Amino acid sequence: MNASIPHIQIKDLNVTIEGKRILKNINLSIPNNSITSLIGPSGCGKTTLLKTLNRLVDDTKGVEITGSVLVNGEDIYAKDAEVTHIRKKMGLLSQKPFPLPMSIFDNVAYGPRIHGEKNKQVLAQIVETQLRNVGLWHEVKDRLEASATRLSIGQQQRLCLARGLAVKPEIILGDESTSALDPVSTQTIENLLIELKQDYTIVLVTHILRQARRVSDYIIFVYDGEIIEFGKTDDVLLNPQHEITQQYVKGFIS
Amino acid sequence: MSNIKKRLLKEKIAKVAMQLSGITITGSLFFIIGTILYKGLPYLSWEMISQSPQGGFYIGKEGGILNAILGSLYLATCSTMLATLIGIPISIFLNIYVKSGTFLERSCKLLFDVLFGIPSIVYGAIAFSIMVWVGIRASLLGGIITITLLTIPIVVRTIDELLKTIPVDLKHVTFSLGATRWELAKIFLKYIKPGIFTAILLAFGRAIGDVAGVLLTTGFSDNLPKYIDEPAATLPLAIFFQLSSPIPEVQGRAYASALVLTFIILIIVICTHLLASKQQKHKI
Repeated sequence: MNASIPHIQIKDLNVTIEGKRILKNINLSIPNNSITSLIGPSGCGKTTLLKTLNRLVDDTKGVEITGSVLVNGEDIYAKDAEVTHIRKKMGLLSQKPFPLPMSIFDNVAYGPRIHGEKNKQVLAQIVETQLRNVGLWHEVKDRLEASATRLSIGQQQRLCLARGLAVKPEIILGDESTSALDPVSTQTIENLLIELKQDYTIVLVTHILRQARRVSDYIIFVYDGEIIEFGKTDDVLLNPQHEITQQYVKGFIS
Repeated sequence: MSNIKKRLLKEKIAKVAMQLSGITITGSLFFIIGTILYKGLPYLSWEMISQSPQGGFYIGKEGGILNAILGSLYLATCSTMLATLIGIPISIFLNIYVKSGTFLERSCKLLFDVLFGIPSIVYGAIAFSIMVWVGIRASLLGGIITITLLTIPIVVRTIDELLKTIPVDLKHVTFSLGATRWELAKIFLKYIKPGIFTAILLAFGRAIGDVAGVLLTTGFSDNLPKYIDEPAATLPLAIFFQLSSPIPEVQGRAYASALVLTFIILIIVICTHLLASKQQKHKI
């Protein structure tokens, strides 16, 4: 893949939900192979922005979208765009872990299976590789057939990451992915994401500024549906250009 | 009175009210079961559940109600199966394929709410007039079709409520793995599997206990149900007919029949709970 083309480019994106403008004229290029955090007060539109990237926003009641989101140069909002194929490219790590109602093995194998992989040995190999990737293999290798819901929340979130990676995405989207986790599990996930950025482009929504500072290379500050500031982590957090960013970073608005 | 005392008093009143409702409902349940046991048990015999009626159903004291037991089981099982097979796809369609909040979704759900509330005699009357028009006589088939129509809304509404309890994130993560809507539907069904048994149970309970729907469409017969195009007996109707007999012994047999019906439902409830609890293992 040509590294000079950004994985994700957003052009003139406007999102309206039931008559209310949630995102206003978003123009953005998200840097490849790095972690970009979306920060901003609650209800500013950062989660909606994340969900426009894999078209989960389509599922929202009364939503209207104009503009385009280019993934590898292809507009995912084009009329002939195939939504299932687009979503496969983006692994989603949701707020709380949501294991599928099946065993640990089947959770990781689910993606490859629906995309046509039937060979049991290949599947077993994928499951092992991905569980090793997220550091879960040694904890679960003897109980792969156990229900995924038996795992602790932190383990479940790592399982969900492994499940997402198993479909070979190019981009990982995280929606406050550690907000339900304890500090130790949070750290594990953060370290994993930092490792993964070598191979993936990662976009995270977070409302924990310290987390944004710990993990991200770039920060986008969203306020009232607009991108106020976008830059390297230290630039935005330590030396914000806009008054409103300063106020947010200092904790005056939340 | 101080604030805390007031609040504690409210707490107490609420608790007493709840206990009273609890006692009322369990009390009436025991009263009903007690009555049918007291009045029916003396007449319950092996003959009663193993033979078809002899010597005239209304006045005869011979034979049993096997015709009605079998008729009811056939009718309820077939209609429940059909209603489940038709109802689940409808709820899946309304919840996954139709965008929520659209006119189609809202009007369909409203329609099923209305259908849910229509009394079974209306279903029976409509089915009967169609049967007369087409030229089918009262038969097991007519009953199955009527009761299926009666129970579809139950299945649809119950499954609909179950699907609503699924967190939207489960939908999103499944989609983000590249799943199609049909693949999502399969995940959803897996998720609500224990609840599906509840839907089946509710449908079966309604199907086996319904009188008005089968009165016109299924008819009644003293013979064991052998063919789908012939009239068949059902337990609720058997109870109704026997109870309206002037002979005390036949009335007693009505209570014995009620006992059999209650026992069948009890078995179905136990089986459903056993099956449902086995499916619990992946519940989030």
